[in-house]
Amino acid sequence: MSETEHERVELPEEVVEFLVESNENLDRLDQDLVALETDPANKERISSIFRTIHTIKGTCGFLGFTRLEAVAHVGENLLSKIRDETYTLDAEKTDVLLEMVDVVRGYLAKVSATGTEGTEEHADLISKLQHLVDGKPPPKPRTKRSVRTKSVSSNAFVFSDEPEPTKTESVGVDTATKEPDKLLPEIKETPPASESKVLAEVKNNISDSSVRVDVSLLDNLMDLVGELVLARNQILQYTSTDSSSALSSTTQRLNLITSELQENVMKTRMQPIGTVLAKFPRVVRDLANSCGKKVDLVFEGKETELDRTIIEAIKDPLTHLIRNSVDHGIETPEQRRLLGKKENGILRISAYHESGYVNIEISDDGSGIDPEKIKAKAIEKGIVSSDLAMKLSDRETTALIFAPGFSTAEKITNVSGRGVGMDVVKTNIEKIGGSIDVVSTPNQGTTFKIKIPLTLAIVPALIVSCTGERYAIAQTSLVELLKLDEEQIKKAVAVIDGRAVLRLRGKLVPLVDLGSLLRLNPSKDIQLLDSINVVVVQGEHGPFGISVDGVVDTQEIVVKPLGKQVKDVGVFSGATIMGDGRVALILDVGGVASAGALDGSNSRNVGSKEGVPEEGSEHESKTLLVVRAGDNSRLAISLESIDRLEEFDVGDVEWAGAAPVVQYRDAIMPLLWLSSALGSVSSSNEEQSLYQVVVHSVGSRSVGVVVDDILDITEVSVKIDPYSARLGVLGSAVIAQKVTEIVDLSVIVESFLSSYEGIGV
Amino acid sequence: MKSATTGDALQFCSFYLGDLFLGISVSAVQEVIRTQVMTPVPLADPCVSGLVNLRGQIVTALNLRRQFGLDPSYPKPPMNIVISYSDGAISLLVDEIGDVITVNPDTFEAVPETLESSYKALLEGVFKLDGTLLLLLNLETATQIGAFA
Repeated sequence: MSETEHERVELPEEVVEFLVESNENLDRLDQDLVALETDPANKERISSIFRTIHTIKGTCGFLGFTRLEAVAHVGENLLSKIRDETYTLDAEKTDVLLEMVDVVRGYLAKVSATGTEGTEEHADLISKLQHLVDGKPPPKPRTKRSVRTKSVSSNAFVFSDEPEPTKTESVGVDTATKEPDKLLPEIKETPPASESKVLAEVKNNISDSSVRVDVSLLDNLMDLVGELVLARNQILQYTSTDSSSALSSTTQRLNLITSELQENVMKTRMQPIGTVLAKFPRVVRDLANSCGKKVDLVFEGKETELDRTIIEAIKDPLTHLIRNSVDHGIETPEQRRLLGKKENGILRISAYHESGYVNIEISDDGSGIDPEKIKAKAIEKGIVSSDLAMKLSDRETTALIFAPGFSTAEKITNVSGRGVGMDVVKTNIEKIGGSIDVVSTPNQGTTFKIKIPLTLAIVPALIVSCTGERYAIAQTSLVELLKLDEEQIKKAVAVIDGRAVLRLRGKLVPLVDLGSLLRLNPSKDIQLLDSINVVVVQGEHGPFGISVDGVVDTQEIVVKPLGKQVKDVGVFSGATIMGDGRVALILDVGGVASAGALDGSNSRNVGSKEGVPEEGSEHESKTLLVVRAGDNSRLAISLESIDRLEEFDVGDVEWAGAAPVVQYRDAIMPLLWLSSALGSVSSSNEEQSLYQVVVHSVGSRSVGVVVDDILDITEVSVKIDPYSARLGVLGSAVIAQKVTEIVDLSVIVESFLSSYEGIGV
Repeated sequence: MKSATTGDALQFCSFYLGDLFLGISVSAVQEVIRTQVMTPVPLADPCVSGLVNLRGQIVTALNLRRQFGLDPSYPKPPMNIVISYSDGAISLLVDEIGDVITVNPDTFEAVPETLESSYKALLEGVFKLDGTLLLLLNLETATQIGAFA
């Protein structure tokens, strides 16, 4: 045989995968068919055979092997009739089906050798199968039981040391010798022996370079390595107190070997993300064609590796996002031309590692997400109230696409837009400990950023302490760590309505105290503490801080599930074993957020929450914001009527007609001076550069109420004396030993707005 | 205490809980271990004493005294009877471990009707032994939390 015959065709990865898989399946198929003949009622086997042929047919279609597909197609038809019990499998059908299996094998062999399926049509077999499908006897009934018995010998599920090459060879010889006239005339042209040898080598190469290992074995290995890591951590801890040098050097070695072992075992389960991406060019192409769009798909970081369980888990979410980008994101060539963009939209999928995580970005240069459209849709679908929608930032608005039941497609296409999807995408990604974020600029494009852990079994975590116990927080959700001293606490921590908030670079971040959340210690007044450690984490509804007693360490932890007796707690996602052998609980950030009532329902509306004291008579406990406005009058505003506290630069104030306004959250917010509304003169210094503004909303309209100074937030049980009651003032009360007027903000704002609307803004 | 031929005899791991003399089938018991370092689970049902590391396996320890409505504090460090399930193991904390007792199934009787219903639910029945009664613990209800809170 010549060298050229030896020259192997470089097969694309998906073809190699197809070959390995199909060959294994076919071996099982032989067995199944024979077993079925004696036990034709075994539904499981019929279904299994059907699935195998169906898969082969499907993959062929995908890879463009039309002839093979044609054969598999009629075979599948026959099998489906058998499966549906229209026919029973008798010897005749078994023979024809086995013949089909051999033909399929022949094709696969050809593919394996040359990369193409050849030109053989096998019309004869197809017509035989078709006859059987139609319920007619095949034109030329033949029996070839020998073929069957030959190929039964192998077990498809044995993967380890099965002598694959021999098997292939025998199959090759079988097909070539048993049906030299029918089966593979192409192969026959070359000497059969050399052909099969080439095939054997091809297969040899494919199966030699890799061993198919049962996934559960890998999972076991991974578990064991997890245990080993724990044992190592414990030994490390013990030896740190022991100074014996022999022991400590051995421990060092153990440490290194364990780390390396862990890494390598993890690698066995790793697959390049390219295996998922490989199917996307086709998906994108077909989709773009059907939408009449032009899309260039660009991959970056195809070789980025991920745990196989994660690869499986992101397949569907990624497909959905890509479909979404093509369907909704990228515009038609005409629209693009009008916008001065290139006709071909660019869809870029990039994957890269970043500190123990894999980031996958799917970005298009399409139309982007219009926040206004999203808002309108969300209101229409009842996902948010119109009040709430007005208060959302663009980013928050964009995130609404992940809300259940949301779909922006103006018309429902067969591709996407059926109202399922983005929420499922998000849930699926969160299920594997990942997060998804979307950034969009109208007319410039949308980028979805998915952050997923490399593996699910061992995760890097931050260990914090609280009342003597340690808790782990997965680093995926970690944003930053802060340590505030007394001074900083005074500056940055405020308590509104019994809930602490932290001013973090100009943003308000809710703060929960882990100890009181877990009811380990009575809630304490954070503002009186000397120092606090705050772990800022990314919750579903934005970042929030968890104050803990101390930050211990970062560690790789092995996540272990909790027993059913403690699963319901919700705050913990699992447990792990620390270096000293003790169990530590893993905090579930989402659970902590909802336990701290930081989920959407309350986070935006700090004023209203459960636990607001019952509405009493005039003697009720209320949380009040004490402000100064006008002369020296102290005024108190119920926090329930306040949406937010803001500061505006004097320079931000613009004029709409005669009315001062500021731009606030993409809307125009009129400003109202509390002092003048109450008929007194503002006592503030004219040169002040910042306005303290209390934002109050009526319907969708926010109004900024300017006060001179914010003095205090206090929860008091006040007795309102109606002495000074007038429009907008309920009366007076003694708060902190000082007489304070209680302002009814809604009345003031409403009367202000009625005049304000009058001047036509 | 043997009162029957081994052929139809049943074996129980006996233990004490307050004044109660209880038993569970030996086949259900994975192992019996001494008091372990325990990690409490905040916010969990009070019947959950904590989590124990049993050779890398995380075991939920249940306060059986609380299940029976007894004084929840153990007079001395409790013993763990570890019961293995397919979805993890749990440990029952008991005052003291007794012998493995072989009993004659004929001595079995249902729980006396007069017992409090919460007790009845936690027991499967009673074996009449010489001079004492062995209460057969109903593992299913005893490992359920919140049911008798």
